[in-house]
Amino acid sequence: MNTSFYYKTKKISINVLIHAFLLAVAVTCLFPLLWMIASSFKTQETIFSDISLIPKQFHFMNYWIAIKECDFGRYFLNSIFYTVSVVCGIVIVSSLAAYAFSRFKFPGKNIFFYMFMAAMMIPIPGSFVALYILLNKLHLRNTPLGYILCMINVGLSTSIFLLKTFFDKMPKELEDAARIDGCSKLGIWWHVALPLSGPVLAVVVVFNALAVWNEYILALIIFDTKTSMPLQVALQTFQGEFVTNYPLLMAGLTIAAVPIIILYLVMQKYIIKGVTQGAVVG
Amino acid sequence: MIGGIKNFKGVLVFSLLTLASINLAGCSSQPSTQAKGKSISVWHWMTDRQTAFEELAKRYEAATGVKVNFELYAPSDAYSQKVRAAAQGINLPDIFGILGEKRDFSSFIKAGHILDLTSYMNENDQAWRNIFFPKALALNEFNEDNSYGINTGTYGVPIDIMTIQMLYNKDLFKQLGLDPEKPPVTFQEFIDIGKKIKETKLQGMVSGWGEVWMIDCLANNYAFNIMGKDKVLATIRGEVSYTDPDWIEVLGLFEKMRNSGVLSDGLISMVNKTAEQLFANGKAVFAFNGSWCVNVYKGMNPNLNYASMLPPKVSDKYPMAIWGGAGSSFMVNARGQNKEEAVKFLKWFSARDQQTYLSEKTNNLSANKECVGSISEVLSQFAKSMDFATHPNIWGVSEFPAVIEALDKGIQTIILGEKTPEQVAAEVQKVKVRELDKKKNK
Amino acid sequence: MKIKDTLENYCFVLPAITIFTVFYIIPFFWVFQLGLFDWDGILPTKIFVGLANFKEIIFQDKSWWQSMGNAGWVTLIALTFQNALAFLLAMACDREMKMKNFYRVIFFIPPVLSEIVVGMVWGFIINDVSGANIINRMLIGIGLPQLAHSWLNDPKTALTTVAIVHCWKGFGWGFLIFLAGLQTIPRELYEAARVDGANAWQQFKGITMPLMVPVIVLVAILTVLGTMQAFALIIGLVGGELGGHTSVPVLRILASMRGSSRFGYACAQGITFGVVLVMISFIQYRFSQKGKHN
Repeated sequence: MNTSFYYKTKKISINVLIHAFLLAVAVTCLFPLLWMIASSFKTQETIFSDISLIPKQFHFMNYWIAIKECDFGRYFLNSIFYTVSVVCGIVIVSSLAAYAFSRFKFPGKNIFFYMFMAAMMIPIPGSFVALYILLNKLHLRNTPLGYILCMINVGLSTSIFLLKTFFDKMPKELEDAARIDGCSKLGIWWHVALPLSGPVLAVVVVFNALAVWNEYILALIIFDTKTSMPLQVALQTFQGEFVTNYPLLMAGLTIAAVPIIILYLVMQKYIIKGVTQGAVVG
Repeated sequence: MIGGIKNFKGVLVFSLLTLASINLAGCSSQPSTQAKGKSISVWHWMTDRQTAFEELAKRYEAATGVKVNFELYAPSDAYSQKVRAAAQGINLPDIFGILGEKRDFSSFIKAGHILDLTSYMNENDQAWRNIFFPKALALNEFNEDNSYGINTGTYGVPIDIMTIQMLYNKDLFKQLGLDPEKPPVTFQEFIDIGKKIKETKLQGMVSGWGEVWMIDCLANNYAFNIMGKDKVLATIRGEVSYTDPDWIEVLGLFEKMRNSGVLSDGLISMVNKTAEQLFANGKAVFAFNGSWCVNVYKGMNPNLNYASMLPPKVSDKYPMAIWGGAGSSFMVNARGQNKEEAVKFLKWFSARDQQTYLSEKTNNLSANKECVGSISEVLSQFAKSMDFATHPNIWGVSEFPAVIEALDKGIQTIILGEKTPEQVAAEVQKVKVRELDKKKNK
Repeated sequence: MKIKDTLENYCFVLPAITIFTVFYIIPFFWVFQLGLFDWDGILPTKIFVGLANFKEIIFQDKSWWQSMGNAGWVTLIALTFQNALAFLLAMACDREMKMKNFYRVIFFIPPVLSEIVVGMVWGFIINDVSGANIINRMLIGIGLPQLAHSWLNDPKTALTTVAIVHCWKGFGWGFLIFLAGLQTIPRELYEAARVDGANAWQQFKGITMPLMVPVIVLVAILTVLGTMQAFALIIGLVGGELGGHTSVPVLRILASMRGSSRFGYACAQGITFGVVLVMISFIQYRFSQKGKHN
């Protein structure tokens, strides 16, 4: 009786400790988000004088101005288009390559893999100018395709590295079974490898979606027309050269954060789904 | 087993299909950038003026039938990269602005990107030239003896002027027991106020000294006051050492300011936007800022009771100098297909009525001296101090960037209390000698 | 048959290699080439200087190596503190417990937030001039007033303070990848161990750690990359280089490009920086391969 009581209290107190720790971290994570949302309802004069998280007056106009006057809709759609294209491109191209690096043998495999790894490390400063001239020569400057290809390249190395690490960890038995059943290599990649790598694919999707969603410098440099610009470019103009309209900026930032948060909510389910698969595979 | 993941793949296929369709639509609706008919494109970075620019473009189209597209690219760093990239690809628009020092400006001219406007300025008895404040135009001019090797001439159209000086909060002056109409005139008076500020919870002077160029600006102001323009320029030419007692005195001023409490605590980790918030919200007694701040403070706190003042002088030997001149300028693309149209537009754009509109809309000082816009009192104070204005870009020589960096960083370490003025002077001079040697060896 | 097999294998990597060659390798060689020139980024003429830029960086540019040291310090804090936090949180959320999904969502907020918001909010929490200075008030509240000071303006604490905010901003990624890694460990392994009478610590040491080594190395490499290249947060919190105390390589490269208009030198700096990063990461990677074989 006594020992079981002891274990019970011990378990409860450990749980309480864990929850206290998790809650403390969670509060620091939530505060900036709430502050951003609260600020988006304030006015330029009250944003720094009234520091409470619940504004005394809600100025919904900030959102209206951000959406209506700044042609947010157009930029928003552009951003969605670029993000989806780039992420799909990266998922396909990098998972094919990572699968080959993990499973197949071919001459130069290590050299290629190390090359991708090295590329991940070496940032090219002034690569914007180089990319600009390159796209100009390829007649891809000022086109969505040029931008998408550049952005796929940006996320490629890291994604290959992430995926290869997880492919290496995955058991090969299911693939062997599929091969015996007469499945082609491409078929195994599509029907077996990809489904099993759900959790890491979700990470790759979120990682690259966030990178594309927040990118603006390359877009600003290679596009000459407003109609092709992504959302972040519009947000940068809210942050004025001298005068920053903070509430408007916060409204814009809040709107811009919503799709990424939704995407994450969807994707994190796949990270949990991995549990059941692991069980089946094992 | 893999039901969930089948969804995943479904999503993938679905998005690819959707994309394919959007992409097709996107391609077909792509507007042609080479629109027929007359149209001029302008690139700029001035976020707060885009609306006013667009309105002026509308008026111009109504008057002449020529369409002007103002394309805004912000922030200015990204804009700067875009212009440089476009220059490499020979894709610059008809009209654009350049951010950077005179050296960069001269490189753009050498590379053949910028049209020499001298002949247009001089037409009809210098009619166009005469509408500008000479000091505003000076930033866009290269004189006969310039060290950049550029042909004498005018290469840009100034659209506004700015000066950088000190501001003080009148209400806080009263609170400190000071006369709000009598800002400190001498450096000693300024330092003494610092002692009073120290006793209160107020902040002293705020400014964007985290980004170093504004430190450089104040140091130069005092160098002019202590040793005069000729000696400053002689230092830049390498004829006077930075270890000269006059320069050590300049550096020593920062140590004095630091010790007196007249500087705000977090001054050297401050960006200008933070400094502006603090001053606008009445938390800081002094600010060191450019004339653009009038518009900023108006937006943050319309009731702010403040005035501008010259930096308090140290010596009576030479006049105090502040930085000022053209704020922003437009250049015409020498390779553009609409050069003549672009020049015509800029003539119209810089004329009195348009400049009056722009000045009133954006609280900027126009470069056009005939501009009659009603401006606020503080802004007119800034305008009056134009008499004291100078700018590195009109000196005809430039200091090596590495030396400027060593000086600015050195002043930061003085304010941090890590180094003495003598140490910093010696370090700066070391960099100077190194750079001079490098230049000789080329 | 074998040739066909090899070709088939190549087809898997072909798309990646094509994109990579066109959009990375070609620009990379241009940039490397520019590193051999004295060029301001605008002039049509470039002066060939050979390896002079590289020599200057390696032997003369003290502020460059100071910035490398600063980035190294921030990276060290991120590798230890940030990754330990991420791992602990991932372990906690991997358990069966209440509010698991809530935490999973909340912990990913910092990476999603814009740098602008992070800079403003943390400035507000830490800064005693423009902010509410919550940290100092707490220190005074718990009886440690001697510790309260200007965290971001004291050259001794500025860099570390920035590093901690950086860790806070970045731990969500490590958390996510660790969680994905933990989820791939079959639950049966733990059940079997429990049947054998292994306690929690033994399970952690015997099952979790060995299986997580590749993931830990992965996160470590990504942390090094992400941290060494971070700079926006530094500008947001301390405005710039604070007399060199918070300078990092990327800020130096940008200063060469903009402030001094030394485009060629900036390219050479970028290459040098990359080479150092490659060396660090390869050491980490080799280490992990070794760990795997043991």
